[in-house]
Amino acid sequence: MRYVDEYREGPLAAKVLAEIRRTTTRPWTLMEVCGGQTHSIVKHGIDRLLPPEIELMHGPGCPVCVTPLEQIDKAHAIAAHPGVIFTSFGDMLRVPGSHTDLFRLRAEGADVRVVYAPLDAVTLAQANPDREVVFFAIGFETTAPANALAVSRAKVLGVKNFSVLVSQVLVPPAITAVLQSPGNRVRGILGPGHVCTVMGYREYEPIAARYRVPIVITGFEPVDLLDGVLRTVRRLEAGEAGVDNQYSRVVRRDGNSAARRLMWSVFEVCDRKWRGIGAIPKSGLRLRWELQEFDAERRFDVGAMETREPEACISGQILRGLKKPHDCPAFGGACTPEHPLGATMVSAEGACAAYYAYGRRQEGVAR
Amino acid sequence: MCLAIPGKVTEVYEDRGLRMGRIDFAGTIRKACLAQVPEACVGDYVLVHVGFALSVVEPEEAERTYRLLQELEMLDELHSPERPT
Repeated sequence: MRYVDEYREGPLAAKVLAEIRRTTTRPWTLMEVCGGQTHSIVKHGIDRLLPPEIELMHGPGCPVCVTPLEQIDKAHAIAAHPGVIFTSFGDMLRVPGSHTDLFRLRAEGADVRVVYAPLDAVTLAQANPDREVVFFAIGFETTAPANALAVSRAKVLGVKNFSVLVSQVLVPPAITAVLQSPGNRVRGILGPGHVCTVMGYREYEPIAARYRVPIVITGFEPVDLLDGVLRTVRRLEAGEAGVDNQYSRVVRRDGNSAARRLMWSVFEVCDRKWRGIGAIPKSGLRLRWELQEFDAERRFDVGAMETREPEACISGQILRGLKKPHDCPAFGGACTPEHPLGATMVSAEGACAAYYAYGRRQEGVAR
Repeated sequence: MCLAIPGKVTEVYEDRGLRMGRIDFAGTIRKACLAQVPEACVGDYVLVHVGFALSVVEPEEAERTYRLLQELEMLDELHSPERPT
């Protein structure tokens, strides 16, 4: 596949690795923000190829992981309504709420369907005018325009039986929370490449300046990730902060203004709670006031939820870059992808699930 | 979740006022919304996430990044300080 295969070439990766080894003189802790990057790093063993001075902490950028329990419980309450077709991206189905998950609800008779594109949920609503179709609109800035498009299409086409349960989050407030966290060891950041295709990277420039960190907007293939590490380490070794764009084949400094216009025509910024982390001010999106007719929370009046989160789970510290999966006594024992206790085990992109999937169960603190 | 894949635009069409396209992902054809990448034409590569084109891939930038990396010298391990493996 063009623009993918060349960033997986072994000899090229070896060159970049050699350059990283040559450049590194001191220990540095970096954080990759995005769950997709974490997955790629663990899958390809990139963290094990790096010189021992460089440690990668895994960031909070997994939207499935950080969707708060309240929203998941609301999804389950809505999905259980008679007459509802509940639609979602596939990875939300096995995420446990306080009492159940969408797979189990489906087995019990609820109409839960996986959609590839949010727009497919609007088409489904048009094809089923006597049913209520609800879409679980989760994601970071990458997904916000596609989710916004579904709402805006429903409005334009007059689709009345469509609504969305929104749990949208934003990356910059989460990065700021990590960098402000007491005990933070992160000195450089691999920025979220796909988020920045939409948002650009201007908003990361004040963060880099304020916290004196290099932020390198990075892609997802092995060579992209190694190049991201190299550029970050070069800046760290030179004592420079600032933002650099490794992923320039798809990311521009100003992002995609048409996609952002669509996003802001449907959503507005709000405070959001992050699973495992807690409330972060101005870290999420909700439907704009004039589009509240599409708000599933209003339509189904689910009210406030009483939630229960397992106490053993340390996912909050993992998401803030303070701990690794094998620091948790429950990891791989009481907590597995089949029976996850918390945020970072629930999605394939969560750090714990990635470590589990790629055989990092016995790793200890070797690295 | 933020997975996005580059694919080649093979056809551009309209669906009730919305600019859409058929995208070839190494042989698998899927449709995607092209409304937010108005500059994308047949033959271009676009980065698609959940049925939505986020960005047009710039061949010159891809070439530049790739060439910069290719130009890195292979490290001569004999001349480097010793490191644990």
